[in-house]
Amino acid sequence: MRASVAANTVPIRSGEDVVRVRQEVRRVAIEAGLGLVDQTKIVTAASELARNTLDYGKGGEAVMEVVQSSARRGVRIVFQDQGPGIADIELALKDGYTSGKGMGLGLGGARRLCNEFAIESTPGKGTRVTIARWK
Amino acid sequence: MDRIPILKLGAALLVTIQVDMHDRLAMALEEDLTNRIVEYGAKGVLIDISALEIVDSFIGRTLANIAMIAKVLDAVTVVVGMRPAVAITLVELGLSLPGVRTALNAERGMAMIRALLDDEAPTLADES
Repeated sequence: MRASVAANTVPIRSGEDVVRVRQEVRRVAIEAGLGLVDQTKIVTAASELARNTLDYGKGGEAVMEVVQSSARRGVRIVFQDQGPGIADIELALKDGYTSGKGMGLGLGGARRLCNEFAIESTPGKGTRVTIARWK
Repeated sequence: MDRIPILKLGAALLVTIQVDMHDRLAMALEEDLTNRIVEYGAKGVLIDISALEIVDSFIGRTLANIAMIAKVLDAVTVVVGMRPAVAITLVELGLSLPGVRTALNAERGMAMIRALLDDEAPTLADES
């Protein structure tokens, strides 16, 4: 087994790219040894966040990699955009809140599907969401 | 653009989603199904999602929309074949699929549609 795995970057510019993010995250999750339910959770979370990057962030990228932390192995994905940013992150994380066409489950739902979830956003500069799921 | 095929089976429409749908494809399915329900006067819609590896909030909302639209057009919708990992993830995501009837597989789904139609219109068999 390789000691370290190169990060894989998927650009998010179209709806087809959101599908590609799902497929690539699935591949990395399998490589990390995640079980089927955990794979499904992280792929679903990635799908929500990739759509946010496209719809609200005006496009960006997803960087994904297998991570090893002491005895644990997992997947980490960073979604980045240079879009308008989120003014009120607490509000955006609330179920049912949406500024667009969605159900308002994207951010809050994605957070529930991950073991780690971090969001940084600067209005006018962009948003970065980091998620991880451990084996 | 790709389209998801819709088959007519008696008074029901049958859809088997076999590709990883991007959002526009899901929206096209919603529109196509709506048109076919009216065109064929369909009374039931069976959607087989056994090939879907995930159902995220957009796909879930599309399924819920289809069920609502079908209801307005006097048709019942049954979603069948959801994988166990997908069901677990959907619940954790917070998606409850309001108004969507589900069955474990296509056979049970068709039986459900038939039973619902029998309850509703005992003379349906004579009409077909």
